[in-house]
Amino acid sequence: MSLTEIELKALMLRSLDGDAVAYRRLLSALSERLGTYFERRLGADPSESEDLVQETLMAIHTKRATFDRSQLLTPWAYAIARYKLIDHYRRGGRHRFTPLEDDGSLFVDDDSAAIEARHDIARGLAGLSPGTRDLVVRVKLHEEPVADVARRAGMSESAVKVAVHRGFRKLAARLRGKEDSA
Amino acid sequence: MSTDLIDRLAAGLRPAPRLAVVRRLAFGIGAGAALSAVLTAAILGLRPDMARAAAGAMFWVKLAYTVALAGLALWVCERLARPAGEARRRLPWVFVPILALAGLAAWQLAWTPEPMRMPMLMGHSARVCPWLILAFSLPPLAGLVWALRGLAPTRLRITGAVIGLAAGGAGASAYALHCDESTAPFLVVWYTLGIAAACGIGWLAGPRILRW
Repeated sequence: MSLTEIELKALMLRSLDGDAVAYRRLLSALSERLGTYFERRLGADPSESEDLVQETLMAIHTKRATFDRSQLLTPWAYAIARYKLIDHYRRGGRHRFTPLEDDGSLFVDDDSAAIEARHDIARGLAGLSPGTRDLVVRVKLHEEPVADVARRAGMSESAVKVAVHRGFRKLAARLRGKEDSA
Repeated sequence: MSTDLIDRLAAGLRPAPRLAVVRRLAFGIGAGAALSAVLTAAILGLRPDMARAAAGAMFWVKLAYTVALAGLALWVCERLARPAGEARRRLPWVFVPILALAGLAAWQLAWTPEPMRMPMLMGHSARVCPWLILAFSLPPLAGLVWALRGLAPTRLRITGAVIGLAAGGAGASAYALHCDESTAPFLVVWYTLGIAAACGIGWLAGPRILRW
């Protein structure tokens, strides 16, 4: 059962007026999507994702009055899920990804967006072969000149460009795969 | 599975009040501001020339400035209190009262003879004014922290700054019941400084104190 944004929002509006049947359907549909959302980001341990699904469902329940009836439902629900996920990362203290202090700009999404992006990119890169990953990191992230990278890898420049392009496309596809919105 | 949880949540479902966010924010800042007004009157006393001042324009300009800042910040907050709430369009409006008062201050200074300008800017209470405003901002700030923790802000730093701004405006409104300074240059510098300090405290403390 995969409901669209319009159907989910209709269920939410009925739920806010006290319709328990609509509410049960809404929470079931959301819990399915949340399961996918957390599994993609947390990987192996299913009990970890299950805990987060439950925590998020509970937050959706207690905070349901903060839903603005004129706005979309899925971004609201995912924002809660993202908040819980980042909270989980912080509590878990995975030091490799611990955020730097924020850069002080008032207009960035605090540091949450940066933490999330770092997780996503790290997980996306992990899906590439070691050779390709190295090339993508050097060329795209460190912005080293292609000629230098090619010389050190013992490859021709055009071969490096092709490998980077393919790797980058694969990475982009993996990141897009996470945008499981309606 | 989450089925048990869903059953439990659905069984306890009650209709959600439509104005929950606005009501909670208004209650938080209102209770805090009322406490600050009472504290101002009790500790510092109302300004002795209140009746005369209320007949003049500058008393109302001052109150309009502080209330406008508090109101606009609260209006931004109404968005930030919700997950995925987009406040980018609303946020720039908080600068409108500041610019308007700065314009009035420049105009007043331009029409004042040079030797009078410094006294006009400093008044007789420049040294204490920002500190007192900051102190009277704390009750409304506490009220807003209470309100936000019952809502669902997901960007805690900017939300902290905005509730600090709202609390600063409310605290300054309470302090205006005592303060008898009445020039625009004084207000735009010293009032704004006190309010900005409250904003800064919210910005610093937001990520810690607004978690839910």
